[in-house]
Amino acid sequence: MRYSGWSVIREALTGHKGWTPAWRDPEPQAAYDIIVVGGGGHGLATAYYLAKEFGQAKIAVLEKGYIGGGNVGRNTTIIRSNYLLDGNQPFYEFSLKLWEGLEQDFNYNAMVSQRGIINLFHTDAQRDAYTRRGNSMILHGADAEMLDRDQVRAMYPFLNFDNARFPIKGALMQRRGGTVRHDAVAWGYARGADQRGVDIIQNCEVKGIRIEHGRVMGVDTTRGFIGAKKIGVAVAGSSSKVMAHAGMRLPMESHVLQAFVSEGLKPVIDGVMTYGAGHFYVSQSDKGGLVFGGDIDGYNSYAQRGNMPVVEDVAEGGMSLMPMIGRARLLRMWGGIMDMSMDGSPIIDKTDIDGLYFNGGWCYGGFKATPASGWCFAHLLATDQSHKTATAYRFDRFRKGLMIDEKGQGAQPNLH
Amino acid sequence: MIINHPLLGPRDAQEFVYLGDANLINRPDGLKDGAVDAFHDYLYLRDNPAGEHRELWYHEQGDRSWLVVTRNTVTHEIISVEIARDVARKMGRSK
Repeated sequence: MRYSGWSVIREALTGHKGWTPAWRDPEPQAAYDIIVVGGGGHGLATAYYLAKEFGQAKIAVLEKGYIGGGNVGRNTTIIRSNYLLDGNQPFYEFSLKLWEGLEQDFNYNAMVSQRGIINLFHTDAQRDAYTRRGNSMILHGADAEMLDRDQVRAMYPFLNFDNARFPIKGALMQRRGGTVRHDAVAWGYARGADQRGVDIIQNCEVKGIRIEHGRVMGVDTTRGFIGAKKIGVAVAGSSSKVMAHAGMRLPMESHVLQAFVSEGLKPVIDGVMTYGAGHFYVSQSDKGGLVFGGDIDGYNSYAQRGNMPVVEDVAEGGMSLMPMIGRARLLRMWGGIMDMSMDGSPIIDKTDIDGLYFNGGWCYGGFKATPASGWCFAHLLATDQSHKTATAYRFDRFRKGLMIDEKGQGAQPNLH
Repeated sequence: MIINHPLLGPRDAQEFVYLGDANLINRPDGLKDGAVDAFHDYLYLRDNPAGEHRELWYHEQGDRSWLVVTRNTVTHEIISVEIARDVARKMGRSK
């Protein structure tokens, strides 16, 4: 059924008896044309765009848990396109444009809220760096503006402007950035894909990838063998585990990133803010909780929970930026597992095995990329060609010296 | 996490800096045939297992020793701690 204002009124008047499940729960068929491994945001978006934009049929999405239970529900919901490098910025700007039309496109309220994001700077050198970044964004068709200290103060008077060590000197602002309700993104894509005939198969973990004569035949799963002509793997966080079934080692490590939500407060932060003198970023959910986070823990982990030193570090960052946060109590915190790649940028590429395609290495920036990641991966699966905004996201960029290293850290995943 | 340093006893992981997979000890020979491929794999590719992982930690705020820590990446349990120098020597390295 199509959701609209009329359908809400009609159901309100008829006792809400007409709502149907948003997607089916089908048994897996014996074989599909395309199997997408991973029912997170990226996998569901891939299946949705494969069916809608690229006219593909007989598609399945295999999810080891349930829809919305992985990283798509474990992030801090921020969308933005404020990157510097050529390989990244057009891709993320494409993603932001897709976010802007997403709700109409898949007929689901994902609460896309372009409330603006500011990156604070605290030194003259940092101002120069952000000016350069802003110029790069504008050259690639995104929006960016520099705010001075008074403009920031007018927006957020409570910040610690006169911190002796890190005074706030201004900010780079992208007004089109903001937040999106992350669960609704998964649900909206799942429903949209399902309506176009995609089978979404939950509780179905891939245990092996069957390869004969250098070509994929299908996957062995906890629900039996499923044949496929093409397999697209989009399981960021667990990429190394799944691709090991195909005998591949990846240029990435898995790390845990923690995030935090305070108790519900009156509206105080109406946009998204990042601290330039420490790793700390914060926004406020519509329910009132401050949603914030910081660095990854820094060691390989698949545990989906972190340790106390990073909790302390994030709290210190928050206190340094906005001392009043010390009066708020922490409501909950959690960890998610990231593919930390060797240059901090993702991979959307074919592998050496015929019919096996890979999408991963999103570090801790995967959520904002969801629509473009799905679109570009669908483009690659359907046409065997990289989408024009994703041509740099190749496996062989490390061999060729074409790294996309926004932070300039080198091949040290825990520093990206 | 507490790392049981072979010389100094139990120390908080915060005193250490994490480098990564202990296989980084096995730096390839740059003069051999196929060195370019070997260095690509050495520098960029990782096993990244879920489970037991041997990894290098540097005791920066302590005695500045390099340790090989065997740790479970699913539970964070630390199974054994060795001095990296001893590990390298056992593998036939001279220093």
